[in-house]
Amino acid sequence: MSYTPEMRESIKRVEATRSARLSETWPMMTPAEKQEILERFHPDYIREGMREIRVGVSKGQRMPLELADIVEGRSHLHSDSLDLEQIDYDTDVLVIGGGGAGASAAILARENGAKVILATKLRFGDANTMMAQGGIQAADKPNDSPAIHYLDVMGGGHFANVPDLVEALVKDAPLVIRWLEELGCMFDKEPDGTLVTIHGGGTSRKRMHSARDYSGAEIMRTLRDEVRSYPEDIAILEFAPAIELIMDDKGQCAGAVLKNLETGEHLIVRAKCTIVATGGSGRLHYQGYPTTNHHGATGDGIVLCYRAGAKLAFLDTMQYHPTGAAYPEQIVGLLVTEKVRGLGAQVCNVDGKQFVYPRETRDVEASAIIRECVERGKGVRTPTGMLGVWLDSPMINIIHGPGTIEAKLPAMVRQFARFGIDITKDPMLVYPTLHYQNGGVALDVHGRTNVPNLFVAGEISGGVHGRNRLMGNSLLEITVFGRRAGRAATLRSKEVELGQLTLAHLDDWERQLKEAGVEPKLVSPILLPDYTRKVR
Amino acid sequence: MAEELIPIYIMGKKYMVPPTLTIMKALEYSGYQLIRGVGCRGGFCGACATVYRLPGDYRLQIGLACQTVVQPGMYLAQIPFFPAQRAAYRLDELEPTFQTVFTLYPELMRCLSCGTCTKACPQDIDVKQYMADAMRGDIHAVADRSFDCIMCGLCAARCPAEEAQYNIAILCRRLYGKYLAPKAEHLAERVREIEEGKWDAALEELKSLSEEELRKRYNERDIEPA
Repeated sequence: MSYTPEMRESIKRVEATRSARLSETWPMMTPAEKQEILERFHPDYIREGMREIRVGVSKGQRMPLELADIVEGRSHLHSDSLDLEQIDYDTDVLVIGGGGAGASAAILARENGAKVILATKLRFGDANTMMAQGGIQAADKPNDSPAIHYLDVMGGGHFANVPDLVEALVKDAPLVIRWLEELGCMFDKEPDGTLVTIHGGGTSRKRMHSARDYSGAEIMRTLRDEVRSYPEDIAILEFAPAIELIMDDKGQCAGAVLKNLETGEHLIVRAKCTIVATGGSGRLHYQGYPTTNHHGATGDGIVLCYRAGAKLAFLDTMQYHPTGAAYPEQIVGLLVTEKVRGLGAQVCNVDGKQFVYPRETRDVEASAIIRECVERGKGVRTPTGMLGVWLDSPMINIIHGPGTIEAKLPAMVRQFARFGIDITKDPMLVYPTLHYQNGGVALDVHGRTNVPNLFVAGEISGGVHGRNRLMGNSLLEITVFGRRAGRAATLRSKEVELGQLTLAHLDDWERQLKEAGVEPKLVSPILLPDYTRKVR
Repeated sequence: MAEELIPIYIMGKKYMVPPTLTIMKALEYSGYQLIRGVGCRGGFCGACATVYRLPGDYRLQIGLACQTVVQPGMYLAQIPFFPAQRAAYRLDELEPTFQTVFTLYPELMRCLSCGTCTKACPQDIDVKQYMADAMRGDIHAVADRSFDCIMCGLCAARCPAEEAQYNIAILCRRLYGKYLAPKAEHLAERVREIEEGKWDAALEELKSLSEEELRKRYNERDIEPA
């Protein structure tokens, strides 16, 4: 599966320019150039890819067509589908979602005295968190500060971010790194304990912490192991996604209906507070893009929260990671971590020439790669017809010394070696891939939504990243806001008096659809992507 | 372009699939909508551990379904769950010693050093060696050597001594990370500053700026050299 002769020819041109490129980096774009390239090439600006939603509390907001279809979907249930008196689980805090945000929330909820149920669609830990490679940002070096981090986040998000959320993010960041260190997370360190930090796209200080290139996996498996240390306080329900939230007759969120994915059985969970941490929606493949996302990233939580009346924000902006694998075919769309560029690898076209500063913010970097391939015709074509540009990984060992790639990027080396490509010697072919849902359910600094006793945390939420997220701020977001939601939900649960449980909001939803003349295309949440070939 | 199809056997049943597919995509091509045995689809989560055999070969081979390309005549089945024991512990009550590991996982010393685990690891980790490190009480070595573990359970599934190697490994990594790795002093200092409110005023000031002023500061900010 190694490179074709045509690709080899192009790689020779990359090699020919390498020594000269080592001493010259392409200049960053001016603010005006950035705006222009975004408007012309970024998928968020493709008008036909989005539409307004026609019902609900955020009626009129634009979002990708595929997401709008599930948001305007029909429920699996009606108000009288189930006997809500038959309660299977009664708890203080229900956490829906078993990724990094859900795990953080569960740990903090327990610590603050709550009995917790953590329900997750697949296995506990099956989440985008597990796949985040590059790192987690925190301003903990002497030349850095939460204020500088704040400025980077706001600029990266095109100044649309919610300031209070950004403040919470940057101020909690060092606290979270310290917390993870105490939980036994193995961050990369110098022999004296100094945390190793590098740049990411859009950072003005080197504040990207990593655990080799398994950063998210290391955080996830540590948090998961910690949650599993308290079986008497935290019950873990796997393969049990929520299919609707339950309300009470006072208009408060009061739990959820779960569905055992294997037996089809419905389970009623009554909870004083509910935290939805179901992650993103890359598996909806907006505009046909491949995705880096986990199998379960189907936007379920957005659907549940919206039907319960929670407001949405920034769902008209998705993040396309600039460097997804474009070759070989088996791993198309797979994330090639930004750390590769953080360590000095440049991006080159078919002629081996640079055309973009390697560490622009993700949206700008992705747009530049799309322009190079689509408008300028300088991409490399693969046997299946995909286009891509070169990410010149061998530069890293030249800059930092032999063995650096193997030590710092073991996962990447292994991923490509499986298909006969040695990234220490040859560059990787990359193209943008759907990576992250910048927006989601609106929240405050405690993770509260506008629906009483309903909280959100992590990728499902919208506001902290504005219109574009910087690398390393998602692992940060899930831990910061997971912890905040876990704590706040527990404190709130101590004063909650639940009324009569009801699913009346589902009938109301049906009525709204009807009044707006919307004929739902599908039943949602969809829970699983369907990649089966349609057989007879 | 019409592609030659090849036969594979999913749990004994024959399906014809394109030869370029990974096992996971071949399962989907054959009509399976996956619930178990699928996770990140990127080789990081360990959900899709698969055992297979090739024609004419008695040996069982292993791989991750999302990372392994099908071969003609491949006989395969997934092991999406393995009922291994995780010892009951709370990290903050432990000491980073051999005694801790041995007390929680006494079966550690039953290891035969046969190396079946190493052969079974889809991550190419030398599992046998880190088990030897564990038996010597070298927690740092276990942590370092097992670092790329995705906890798929294939080592445990194949172990004649009934070890749960990957659970021993995460215990050692957490012991190392919490107790043995050098502490980050600069981090502790920044945490102190934040708790004392040292950065509150600067953040309040930034929050109060107009977008225009904030843009100006952003565009003029200095950038640490790479």
